Amino acid sequence: MTSSDSTDYKVLGTRPIRHDGADKVTGRAIYGPDFDTAGLLHGKILRSPHAHARIISIDTSEAEALDGVMAVVTGADWPNNSNGTSMVEDGTGTEIESNSNWLRENLLAGDKVLYAGHAIAGVAAASPHVAEEALALIEVKYEVLEPVLTIQEAMAKNAPILHEGLTTQELGEDSGVVSNTADHFQHTKGNIEKGFEAADVVVEREYNTVMVHQGYIEPHNGTALWNTDGRLHVWCSTQGSFVVRDSLSDLLDIPVSQIRVTPTEIGGGFGGKIPIYVEPVAALLSKKTGSPVKIVMSRKEVFEGSGPTAGSNIKIKLGAKSDGTITAAHAWMAMEAGGYPGSPVGAAAQCVFAAYDIENALVDGYDVVVNKPKTAPYRAPGAPNAAFGMEQAMNELAEMLQMDPIDLRLKNVATEGTRRVDGPTFRRIGAKEVLETMRDHPHYQAAKTEGHGRGIAIGFWFNIGFDSACNIAVNSDGSINLTEGSTDIGGSRTSIAMHAAEVLGIPVEDVRPSVVDTDTIGFTAVTGGSRTTFATGWAAYEAAQDVKKQSIERAASIWDVDSDTLNMEDGVIKSKTDSELKMTFKELASQMSDTGGGITGRASVNPKGVGGSFAGNMVDVSVDDETGKVTIERFTCVQDVGKAIHPSYVEGQMQGGSAQGIGWALNEEYFMNDQGNMANSSLLDYRMPTSLDLPMIDTAIVEVANPGHPFGVRGVGEANIVPPTPAIANAVSDATGNIMTQLPLTPGAVLDSGK
Amino acid sequence: MPIIFVPSLMQKLCNGEQKLLIEGTNLRQVIDNLDLQYTGFKDRLVEDGKIKPNISVAVDGEITPLGMIQKVDTNSEIHFLPAISGG
Amino acid sequence: MTTKTHVQTTINGEPVDFLCEPRQSLLECLRDVVGLTGTKEGCNDGNCGACTVKLDGRIVTSCLVLGVEAQGADIETIEGVAEGTNLHPLQLAFLENAALQCGICTPGFIVSAKSLLDQNPNPTEHEIRFWLANNLCRCTGYDKIVRAVQDAAKKMQEAS
Repeated sequence: MTSSDSTDYKVLGTRPIRHDGADKVTGRAIYGPDFDTAGLLHGKILRSPHAHARIISIDTSEAEALDGVMAVVTGADWPNNSNGTSMVEDGTGTEIESNSNWLRENLLAGDKVLYAGHAIAGVAAASPHVAEEALALIEVKYEVLEPVLTIQEAMAKNAPILHEGLTTQELGEDSGVVSNTADHFQHTKGNIEKGFEAADVVVEREYNTVMVHQGYIEPHNGTALWNTDGRLHVWCSTQGSFVVRDSLSDLLDIPVSQIRVTPTEIGGGFGGKIPIYVEPVAALLSKKTGSPVKIVMSRKEVFEGSGPTAGSNIKIKLGAKSDGTITAAHAWMAMEAGGYPGSPVGAAAQCVFAAYDIENALVDGYDVVVNKPKTAPYRAPGAPNAAFGMEQAMNELAEMLQMDPIDLRLKNVATEGTRRVDGPTFRRIGAKEVLETMRDHPHYQAAKTEGHGRGIAIGFWFNIGFDSACNIAVNSDGSINLTEGSTDIGGSRTSIAMHAAEVLGIPVEDVRPSVVDTDTIGFTAVTGGSRTTFATGWAAYEAAQDVKKQSIERAASIWDVDSDTLNMEDGVIKSKTDSELKMTFKELASQMSDTGGGITGRASVNPKGVGGSFAGNMVDVSVDDETGKVTIERFTCVQDVGKAIHPSYVEGQMQGGSAQGIGWALNEEYFMNDQGNMANSSLLDYRMPTSLDLPMIDTAIVEVANPGHPFGVRGVGEANIVPPTPAIANAVSDATGNIMTQLPLTPGAVLDSGK
Repeated sequence: MPIIFVPSLMQKLCNGEQKLLIEGTNLRQVIDNLDLQYTGFKDRLVEDGKIKPNISVAVDGEITPLGMIQKVDTNSEIHFLPAISGG
Repeated sequence: MTTKTHVQTTINGEPVDFLCEPRQSLLECLRDVVGLTGTKEGCNDGNCGACTVKLDGRIVTSCLVLGVEAQGADIETIEGVAEGTNLHPLQLAFLENAALQCGICTPGFIVSAKSLLDQNPNPTEHEIRFWLANNLCRCTGYDKIVRAVQDAAKKMQEAS
């Protein structure tokens, strides 16, 4: 571990047991599907068997007549107000334009279905089995259309068009051309022609990746009660309760004041539980029946009807001088948005060259609709696709130059002040420190085992800030109740509580953190974008500062001294001048009620100072000559996290992102037949890594403090999924001598790569 | 004066200039003045008095959530980027 | 509506009777009829292990067992792992080793791992990985889960 921060913290950097731990190891924690309430009905959703079709008619009469069926809804039940656009927060926390009609049509189809699995109708019944029987009684007549299943097909001249009204946008300009390309943008820096002219060596290659899923173990779920007073109450597993509230407001055309969203415990998300799917359908069914309605997706629905991340077609061209200096870089990248516009190509384009200081560069990005599920955020969306190409090209370049791949990267590494290809300059970043830690790590220093291949790669993710709120109430025993709005997807209650404990100088066990509903806390953006510990932690820091200030003022009034003469350290308020005057925070708390009443602190923040994170991998693999099967023999993840608040959960993020990256590299794919039906929509056939597939995942935490955060936090959740796919591809190339240009590296693909 | 880095897809609006020095103390003023000098920028960037939803603005290296009311200094750098969508 | 069947079982040491439809899985019966929601559903086809329970001494994915098949059976679920207010060493080890992030797979892992340690008090890393290979975790990469099981095994041996 390298640390640029010598501050002596009492709580930060320790490894307390999480506050919600006991509930989660005993089965008591209530997740979305566990929620129950009197009179609960169960909903199920009918989905399209066709990837591309026009809906001629929907006949729900037989379903409605079935015993036990309470209501059926279709796209016709959406309120009839929408033409405009609405603002929806995406996975990076950015507000993006979204066409309300598209959002609605994705959740209950309009006149077209755009992927196999597209929702068409919802049924509420007394039991899930009856609801399922009713689905089979709904008669839908389709005019089946030719499906568009790849980027190449979608961008071809005369391709079947998914949206008759879709024209290509170019940074605020409407091209007017009807197309499956929703968006094209470009970043330029310097002069790329001159850059390639100055190069001694050039690498140029095309890389393809396919759609993959976040693979959270808990399916999407939601329960809605449209009450008799007109208020809608929703309980669901979500990464952002306020996103659910605001999306429901928009989709259902009711004010946010009429909606309360209570986030339950959440069984994984990785970005995929930022958008909403079943909640508005449950709400429409509740409105029709007057009863609470719960919908839980099946695993097949999760694969076919939620939001995986995009497949991509990426071309990379790099030029370098013989000393390793990169003189020019060109990326052409097109990514699958799914049935509606909005792939992660924007982020991919901003990340592709982010690790390097490159004088001349050009990036073109294309957002392309295809007849597959509408993509959703997935951990550093777009960046792994970009890195799969770029970081392999870097290794190829290193080989041509006969340079060590880490040395080549260090030669060109981005540092503070480096102007990125998309324009802005970096503030303090830790790319160099990550590479140096890799170079000096025992893994890289160790000799390779005979026959194994070794690969390395690095990756970048921005991380985000955005709104967070926190309230703190002081209890008479000196403990505090901390309420916040970030759903806890991996121990964040505790890392947030640690911020408050550090400020007040109290043990973290004396903080009771609660994640509360949208009626109870100020607006808080998603648990995503690696923002939760950064931004909600910051809100807790500010709220605790508020409590600290009030505590000092209270002590000043008790002692009848000026509050400027007091300070509070390690949970003790004392005078700077009179050593007799001191009182613990606990003692003060016990006197609150007699000295002016309770103390509560509050904060709402929208912090600037977001610090991006770099991660790097070293991986050793063995490849079975006969079968092509790749085995991960050793895996190390290095990441600059700024400051590790709770190192165990920081390591956990690094290991989890690594494991997802390994699955993406080796096994996982949406395997579509030529009609656009997913052939592997089960956890048997969509092969995520098991405990037997992985070795221990070694971690090295790098702490290059983020000057923008009071404790130097950057955020840890995402950058770690960026390097695994290229690092593994580089290792397989090292073992086999063949370049890996497509994912996943299944045994067959590895064998074929030699042909 | 704040400096605007003109995205390549907008450079045809300003005779191919890559960087422009434009007067203003907040983004609204800068964009108004930019449009006075090179007509068409406001159309591309602004809709209903706000930065278009599919465009984001970075001031001094950081994407701003404040839009038109974002303050800029005399030596601020301003970038217009595609909003990161879908991701 | 289908006719319901009366099923008599022992769950976590207590006699429990319930009524179930022939088409309801044991998982549904535990969660929706008996109200023991600690056992989770992740896939409903036996591949994720979130619904793992012990049935007559053997671990099973309860989504692949019909409720009516449980007639006369002795069932152990996550709710029966702790003794009163005392957590089982595995539960403690999961907390101390940060072996859970979202926690949805945790009940299945703890029920599986307990059954491993009941039979093999000192398993190797490979034996732990092999035994737990039917339980999917998407958050942790398994590293800390394997370490938690090793830690619990060590502490249980020291205590015995």
